[in-house]
Amino acid sequence: MLDVSEIQTIEHDVVVVGAGGAGLRAAIECSAHKLSTGVLSKSLLGKAHTVMAEGGMAAAMGNVDSRDNWKVHFRDTMRGGKFLNLWRMAELHAKQAPDRVRELEEWGAVFDRTKEGLISQRNFGGHRYPRLAHVGDRTGLELIRSLQDHGVHQGISFHMECTALEVLKDGDRVAGLLAYWRETGRFVVFRCKAVIFATGGGGKAWPVTSNSWEYTGDGIAMAYEAGAELMDLEFTQFHPTGMVWPLSVRGILVTEGVRGDGGVLKNNKGERFMFNYISERFAPETAATIEEGDRWLAGDKSARRPPELLTRDEVARAITAEVKAGRGSPHGGVFLDIASRRPADFIKRKLPSMYHQFKELAEVDITREPMEVGPTLHYFMGGIRVDADSQESTVPGLFACGECGAGMHGANRLGGNSLSDLIVFGKLAGDGAKKYVSSLGSTPAPSDDQISAGIRRATEILNRESGTNPYLLHDKLQGVMSRGVGIVRKKDELEQAVHELDELKAEAATMRAPGTSQYNPGWHEALSMRSLLITSEAVTRAALVREESRGAHTRLDFPGESAEWVKYNVIIKKGAGGMEVEKRQRPDGPAHLVAIANAKIEDLESGKVGADVK
Amino acid sequence: MAKRVFKVWRGNPQGGDFKQFDVDVDPGMVVLDVLHRIQAQQANDLALRWNCKAGKCGSCSMEINGKPRLACMTRMNSFAEDDTITCQPLKAFPVMKDLVTDVSWNYEQNKKIPKFKPRPRESDGTYRMYQEDVDRVQEFRKCIECFLCQDVCHVLRDREKAPQHAKAGDKVPNAFVGPRFMIRLASLEMHPLDTDDRIPEIRKEFGSGMCNITRCCTEVCPESIGITDNGIIPLKERVVDRYFDPIAIVGRKLLGIGRRTKARNEGAG
Repeated sequence: MLDVSEIQTIEHDVVVVGAGGAGLRAAIECSAHKLSTGVLSKSLLGKAHTVMAEGGMAAAMGNVDSRDNWKVHFRDTMRGGKFLNLWRMAELHAKQAPDRVRELEEWGAVFDRTKEGLISQRNFGGHRYPRLAHVGDRTGLELIRSLQDHGVHQGISFHMECTALEVLKDGDRVAGLLAYWRETGRFVVFRCKAVIFATGGGGKAWPVTSNSWEYTGDGIAMAYEAGAELMDLEFTQFHPTGMVWPLSVRGILVTEGVRGDGGVLKNNKGERFMFNYISERFAPETAATIEEGDRWLAGDKSARRPPELLTRDEVARAITAEVKAGRGSPHGGVFLDIASRRPADFIKRKLPSMYHQFKELAEVDITREPMEVGPTLHYFMGGIRVDADSQESTVPGLFACGECGAGMHGANRLGGNSLSDLIVFGKLAGDGAKKYVSSLGSTPAPSDDQISAGIRRATEILNRESGTNPYLLHDKLQGVMSRGVGIVRKKDELEQAVHELDELKAEAATMRAPGTSQYNPGWHEALSMRSLLITSEAVTRAALVREESRGAHTRLDFPGESAEWVKYNVIIKKGAGGMEVEKRQRPDGPAHLVAIANAKIEDLESGKVGADVK
Repeated sequence: MAKRVFKVWRGNPQGGDFKQFDVDVDPGMVVLDVLHRIQAQQANDLALRWNCKAGKCGSCSMEINGKPRLACMTRMNSFAEDDTITCQPLKAFPVMKDLVTDVSWNYEQNKKIPKFKPRPRESDGTYRMYQEDVDRVQEFRKCIECFLCQDVCHVLRDREKAPQHAKAGDKVPNAFVGPRFMIRLASLEMHPLDTDDRIPEIRKEFGSGMCNITRCCTEVCPESIGITDNGIIPLKERVVDRYFDPIAIVGRKLLGIGRRTKARNEGAG
């Protein structure tokens, strides 16, 4: 029998899981509140998926176009999210993002500059004005390095290559975390008063994804197991432009900045097909002709933006339709052309990583030739349901921020709103945790039984004589999700996916990882399969329930947005008999915010609507 | 699809050797893809680090056919068709298992570098910096911390003296932080907003004089940062100006010029 007292124990007030932008920002806030703070990261510090973010972070600073302000940003976010966003989150985000960006500068970030010496801002899909603070096309690296270099001087304890396995509870509330060190395979118990998840999404359930191995839905799955509610998981964003060739790099992201800086999409007939896919909602604000789009690019403020900069869901669907109609590129994508639009030195200066990435990995010179691109699973809009102001989940003491939290982006996220989401809600989660910790009367304590059960579940995988290879099981899962829960969905396919996921769950119970517990990737893979399976099931079941097409969730059998469904979120919770799915009515938005989100852009800018809203 | 021969170092701090794997390789693959295939099909417990698979995170550093490389950016078609590919861990750092090394020493160096200390904001709440003034700093900030430069640095490679191999209580003869952190220091020293005086530490604690400018670090940098010419040499020059240029020393003593601010121990926090 396992003696729990012999297991390493580390105590903190707050433990943050995840060391990407949200986790680091949350930890910095906790330590600023004088809380003892630990950060767990599966990888080394500074390697989190945030480094892959390219284009920039959206903040209505108005440095490039002074007409911009938080209300326009808020309106863009709600429209991009197809009005399913939590009103309060979209409001907080639009209002606070500029301060969070300026704060990064104070911590050493060096953004690209305007001619006046201010932080430069670039155009992006769905944003009315140039709004993305950026550093070439490596903005994520700048964000993570600035937070990392600031954070190491704040007294935060960084526990690197340490993977969380489950939330430990004392009654209803959080009491700690069970985790293991990847190097030694030894277990460790973190005793703490609050846990902040900043664990990202679960894109690794799909075969074509821009996500790294870390994206296995750990936080979503652990929160679910701990009894927290999940929300909006049917909304999985397919970024329209991932690499499609060679196969080994399929899915790797090609930044939207390429289109923001003038790149255009063409089919194999050389047509700019996006002009054929402008939806009614965006038609009044989108260029009607190529000529108008070109004037916009040249800086004519009376011209409207070209349709390549429509929201990601719209562009991804258009690309899928073109390929299906036989107008795709040789390797099943479409062409993204910036070579014919901008001079070579401009491309190399504004998009250096893209130039490098295509040159090195695909032997394509993007200053001379078009790129081949196609949709790639990129982002989870849904996740752990949280309170908009405190980021607390429905489990007391459990917080979530960044991609693993739900509500900010509704049915579809705008590009650039993710990096700003990380720093806005990372900070708020830190504030929320501080408030919660201060309100606690007694320190919660985890039960030995829960700890030993958790360790037993993890070590079984190493102790089996024979069993399923976790890598092959992962391949199977990706097949199920790609066939059944792709960019367009329908009832019978989703039902089939639920059925196949049940079979995979049974198979997962017999997984085996050969070798010892020391730095054993097979074992790590097997442990993350549990998170992936829970997350995948939640996405699939939520997608089955939402009988409409909205944002990133497209149902062939229920085309178009339904006026009825905008009133509901799909909530998922662990029940006695398994996963429970509920269609839950949303509260109405506050009248002043509803008015801004629905206003005509001219009325908002002239002050006819929203002038009195602060 | 073609069969290729891989020799991968497998072992732990106690020792190990190369194991041969015959593996199918598809067109367009990079070395990391092949290692993943070996891991999935033949050696589930083969330890290696990776994340982004696009040359942006600097996790999959290893020595491939003896050269420090990122496995994700090393294409299989860069080798002759009958080449055997050998993969082994970085030599300058202690092995943990297989291709994974203990790079924690680097994180300790980073922590020693005093934090960024910006001047106050302008009256309108902004910071004004011009693009031409930040180009150089942005070059340094491209660093993805792959530590390939640390791996090839002669000063750090000297196993007898290298600080990253020191045990508790050992006397560490050289204190060079390595190219990665010289670049980080340069990004602070040349940052238009930073007010801290970093030259004394760059000379003493961080050992700028130890670098003998062989430029091996610059050659292996996957981000093509001009580590030696744009970073280390200018820092060495600033150290020389401060400590070894008689005219500047006299000028400073007489006029108090040549320093951006008071030394840290003289000024307020």
